[in-house]
Amino acid sequence: MASPLCIRGGRVLDPARGIDRVQDLWIADGRIAGLGEDAPADVRSHPQVEVIPVQGAVICPGLVDIHVHLREPGQEERETIETGTRAAARGGFTTVACMPNTAPPLDDRPRIEYVVRRARESGHARVFPIAAVTRGQMGETLTEIEDLIEAGAVAVSDDGKPVRNAEIMRRALELTGRLGVPVIQHAEDPDLKGDGVMHEGWTSTRLGMRGIPDVAESVMVARDALLAELTNGHVHVAHVSAARSTEIIRRAKARGIRMTAETAPHYLLLTDEAVQGYDPRAKMNPPLRSARDRDALIEAVVDGTIDCLATDHAPHTEIEKDSDFDSAPFGIVGLETALGLYVKALVEPKHLSLSELILRLTVNPCKILGLPGGTFEPGSPADVTVFDPSRRWTVRASEFASMGRNTPFEGWELPGQVLLTMVGGRVTYRPDAVPASAR
Amino acid sequence: MIGTRKDLLGLEDLSAEELVSILDTARTFREVLDRPIPKVPSLRGLTAANLFFEASTRTRLSFELAEKRLSADTVNFQTSGSSVSKGESLKDTARNIEAMGIHLVVIRHQASGAPHYLARNLDAGVINAGDGTHEHPTQGLLDIFTVRERRGKIAGLRVAIIGDIMHSRVARSNIWGLTKLGAAVTIAGPPTMMPAEVERFGVTVARSVDEAMEGADVVNILRIQLERQRGTLYPSLREYARVYGVTSERLKRAKPDVIVMHPGPMNRGVEIAQDVADGKHSVILEQVTNGVAVRMAVLYLLAGHKAQGEPPVENVPTEAKQTHGEPSLHPRR
Repeated sequence: MASPLCIRGGRVLDPARGIDRVQDLWIADGRIAGLGEDAPADVRSHPQVEVIPVQGAVICPGLVDIHVHLREPGQEERETIETGTRAAARGGFTTVACMPNTAPPLDDRPRIEYVVRRARESGHARVFPIAAVTRGQMGETLTEIEDLIEAGAVAVSDDGKPVRNAEIMRRALELTGRLGVPVIQHAEDPDLKGDGVMHEGWTSTRLGMRGIPDVAESVMVARDALLAELTNGHVHVAHVSAARSTEIIRRAKARGIRMTAETAPHYLLLTDEAVQGYDPRAKMNPPLRSARDRDALIEAVVDGTIDCLATDHAPHTEIEKDSDFDSAPFGIVGLETALGLYVKALVEPKHLSLSELILRLTVNPCKILGLPGGTFEPGSPADVTVFDPSRRWTVRASEFASMGRNTPFEGWELPGQVLLTMVGGRVTYRPDAVPASAR
Repeated sequence: MIGTRKDLLGLEDLSAEELVSILDTARTFREVLDRPIPKVPSLRGLTAANLFFEASTRTRLSFELAEKRLSADTVNFQTSGSSVSKGESLKDTARNIEAMGIHLVVIRHQASGAPHYLARNLDAGVINAGDGTHEHPTQGLLDIFTVRERRGKIAGLRVAIIGDIMHSRVARSNIWGLTKLGAAVTIAGPPTMMPAEVERFGVTVARSVDEAMEGADVVNILRIQLERQRGTLYPSLREYARVYGVTSERLKRAKPDVIVMHPGPMNRGVEIAQDVADGKHSVILEQVTNGVAVRMAVLYLLAGHKAQGEPPVENVPTEAKQTHGEPSLHPRR
């Protein structure tokens, strides 16, 4: 046995097993050895234990983000697997699932294998690719879904675009249902979206911007709920933004339909008013919506209608985003701000306990995609995140590991500073400047 | 009042006092236009660039004339829009303007907020000459000026605005300006062309043209451009003319001395009947003349101080500029 590691003195949160107590976390050979005295004696009595003191901090299973855009292959000017996973590590994430809207899209086996290989070579986090539902994400012909799953894909999605054709969505659900993987839907009716650039409401009216009504999302969520019921397939609704969608998902779940959902931090903290001043950093799809939508989303996260919390990390170059609002692309980065933003949006106002938040950032996303990890069960890979929920820090996009600087949260002061990220017992992020024990 | 501002991006941002100050100044310039030599040296030595990324005849001519009447030098840039990659060209345009030492930029652009982008990135004053479907502040001002000259006031007047409110920058600027000055504004048009939560502008939404016309002091008729829309908003021009066209019959419901305005160019026989366009209530050509005076006032109020003593070319470094979350009108540095 190589020297075991002891992460000492922190508050261990392992929501999968209902654990919330101050205890040492023991790691040996890249795996979780155990908590406190439950760790095997030969580990605890090893002559060369490396101790990382983290008094006052929280130790939890590595965070999992099932909605990121790593841009590789083909858009390396925006992000690479290397920089994107470095951003993940910096944000406390140990596992990410990446969307297939690369150039070319991840719609055949060699491309999935390419991402898996690149992640192994250059990744600072575990990377699970999501394959396209249709060839070229064109919405016309199904991809070879079983082959793609075999090659390492964990779900299928045409994210960035919806699967518009209900017949194709039905067949995709039938095929994936058999395999136990979800179809992740970017729910948005393209006709209702039109050429809209922001939420349709008073702000779009004032600013003279073309609006995207909330029902553009909700009609497709409703359609997909019916198709999931018909096929017994699993629909996972990406980045839910509208109150009406949460009502539909809640009812679908109550009917036993296999529908899960995620949202992203910006929908819980910002509204369409952030677009005021035509700032392209507040442009994303789906758009920031009304205060009523924001409140309904928080409620849906709390009651479990929205199962998990993602980021929709979507890096763009400064050239792309430095323009008038209309011309700028949709999307903002999220990996390096998500934890702080979620603590601010959900824990500080006491909507969720810290443990309930971690559940939605670890166990739940793992369940949705059938990923390993998300818990400190002895023997599981030592994917660990240590953060100080009360230590505040300031968002500086210029310090991001991501190549993307497009965040509307520049200058925000956030709680929850990441002190250590570890994948399989290997440190992927540890800020030198910050001592592990703050208090 | 507007002299504390660098830019004019929209009437939403102006106070009633600032609006009145522009209108009063415009009256002075309106008198200048009636002189044998209708020209003053107010902006001598300054250069204005007219950047029209979207086709325009009368607004561009009106601005150019206003600049020349104020003795400014003018340069023009016009493009059809589709040939230019919007975002990049706007940034490069801004840099070129900076390099050429231009003092005032008049911009028309198909993207709402494009003038705001320029204003954030330039020391030069920026005047919005129509941005997408957002605002057209000088058109709003000249409409209000025309009403004020005719009626002697704005407060208490009933103004009906008829047409495609959603896509109309003229409507937005008129609504902001008129309501700030105390007019009661009623709007009418196809429900498909009413933007979301439009009543929050502080206007009354009428269910028909007839209803909007009732007791109106002013009727402002918007140009309908079905060809520029997605095709799902209204069935046809014929149907539009039948349901929303302003005819002399419909005009009878307004006050006997109602004035009829249109920002031009008119679709005669569609949104406005021939006899209404040329009839005794029409002040449409007056609007055009007043437009020059109003634009002179805006140019003068934004840049007049630069012609009197400040160096002709500013050397303020651009790096320090804030680019996030600024209000759409910026105090002069």
